[in-house]
Amino acid sequence: MIEMQDVWKTYANGAHALQGVSVKIDRNEFVYVVGPSGAGKSTFMKLMYREEKPTKGQISVNGFNLGKLKQRKIPLLRRNIGVVFQDFRLLPKLTAYENIAFAMEVIEAPRKQMKKRVMEVLELVGLQSKANRYPDHLSGGEQQRIAIARAIVNNPSVIIADEPTGNLDPETSFGIMQLLDEINFRGTTIIMATHNKDIVNSMRRRVLAIENGQIVRDQIRGEYGYEF
Amino acid sequence: MNFSTFLRHLREGFRSVFRNGWMSVASITSIIVSLLILGVFILLVYNVNQLTDKADSQVEINVFLELNVSQSLREQLQSEISKMPEVSNITYIPKNEGLKELRQNLGEGGENFLEGYAENNNPLPDALRVQVVEASTVPFVAQKIEALNNEHVEKPILKVRYGGETIETLFKVTDLIRNIGLVLVAALALMAMFLIANTIRVTILARRREISIMKLVGATNQFIRWPFFIEGALLGGIGALVTIAILFVGYQQLVHAAQSSLSLGTLITLVPLQKVWLWLGGLLLVLGVLIGIWGSTVSIRRFLKV
Repeated sequence: MIEMQDVWKTYANGAHALQGVSVKIDRNEFVYVVGPSGAGKSTFMKLMYREEKPTKGQISVNGFNLGKLKQRKIPLLRRNIGVVFQDFRLLPKLTAYENIAFAMEVIEAPRKQMKKRVMEVLELVGLQSKANRYPDHLSGGEQQRIAIARAIVNNPSVIIADEPTGNLDPETSFGIMQLLDEINFRGTTIIMATHNKDIVNSMRRRVLAIENGQIVRDQIRGEYGYEF
Repeated sequence: MNFSTFLRHLREGFRSVFRNGWMSVASITSIIVSLLILGVFILLVYNVNQLTDKADSQVEINVFLELNVSQSLREQLQSEISKMPEVSNITYIPKNEGLKELRQNLGEGGENFLEGYAENNNPLPDALRVQVVEASTVPFVAQKIEALNNEHVEKPILKVRYGGETIETLFKVTDLIRNIGLVLVAALALMAMFLIANTIRVTILARRREISIMKLVGATNQFIRWPFFIEGALLGGIGALVTIAILFVGYQQLVHAAQSSLSLGTLITLVPLQKVWLWLGGLLLVLGVLIGIWGSTVSIRRFLKV
């Protein structure tokens, strides 16, 4: 479902972020992406939802050939991918409910269906009671749950999470991981970049380690493998 | 785009106009200024045209004849002139009638001036009075008549005169007004467009994060663009409506004032508002909205590339 073949990415400033990455991720997998800062993890993630374009090589996601994807087709790709970030990226002027509904407005879902589905995902992330709160009045963990709810509301086949627990304390982080595990269990592929050793080592899944723009390790039920 | 999406865009557009407060006021004001000047010029030119149309029917050429011209030659000349396609009417004014007319035109004070002149010592020559279809052809027709003189050995024409200078200045003035108006309006419309572009840019900058999140969840450019479109159209439309109100109320007052003032009312009759309000209002509204949309399009284009 996601496949990269000899992908290179060189930025305009000459930085070689990725140098010949090839990888295949199947439907319903859960993959950690680990490695030191600046090794190319973020670039690897951004390539998959076409925030960046590969300099060389083939990338295919959900049947889209990203190297040849036309600008105006990008929205179609992204409707099948949910993204989650370290800094949550919620809209501060909208309530939790509205933030989630926003993702459905964008794809012009019918109103009736919208309400039902938003309540459904709010229940899944356990925050129905806080639907009308603004992000300011939610804790970091709660904000991340809302962000995850927004990512899954349109039933994407893949979730791409770039350090989703980076700003959270260990206890909250485990809550978020349980949620992602539950979503994965329900059939969504999850690709998650992380620096959290405890999580990777306790919830064993496939591990991709990236160093100097190359995949140096690809382990099923792997471990974090770094000391920091 | 379904209906609820359209409502959403409309709501966002309205919200943005209010959120930008003074920026919106500045854009609307610039629209008002440029459209107001355009409106004033249109009304001015329209009225001047009306006046010149009226003047057209009063413009005539006087062809003065030599004293010794025979009746047959005069009649021949008359038929030659009336055959010209530009000429609508020609009448013979014998010198006695000419003297009478002159007396009338000069009024009371002039009576004394012409004292001593009677039929036997009338200083005026006989004349042909020529009217043309189109006032602008007067100088040309006058030249053609003068040229006729050389076709006759007797040289029957003494002089050809017309209110040439008055007409030409009138045309020059209307042309000048029109040209100045056009340049001014174009410059002001451009300024209004830039101010609107700037207002929308502020909106976009303030909402850049929102736009990037929209794109991450799969919004099309079209979806993102609509609210800004509506914002621009609203700014232009509101400006146009205010302009129309100011212009029409002001013009109505002017028409009233001109009618009630005796000295002005007899000289100039302004075109009544009822005759122009529909097309002028429509024109200003359409222009306002177009300038608004143009301004918003200019500033969004760059932001949607990523």
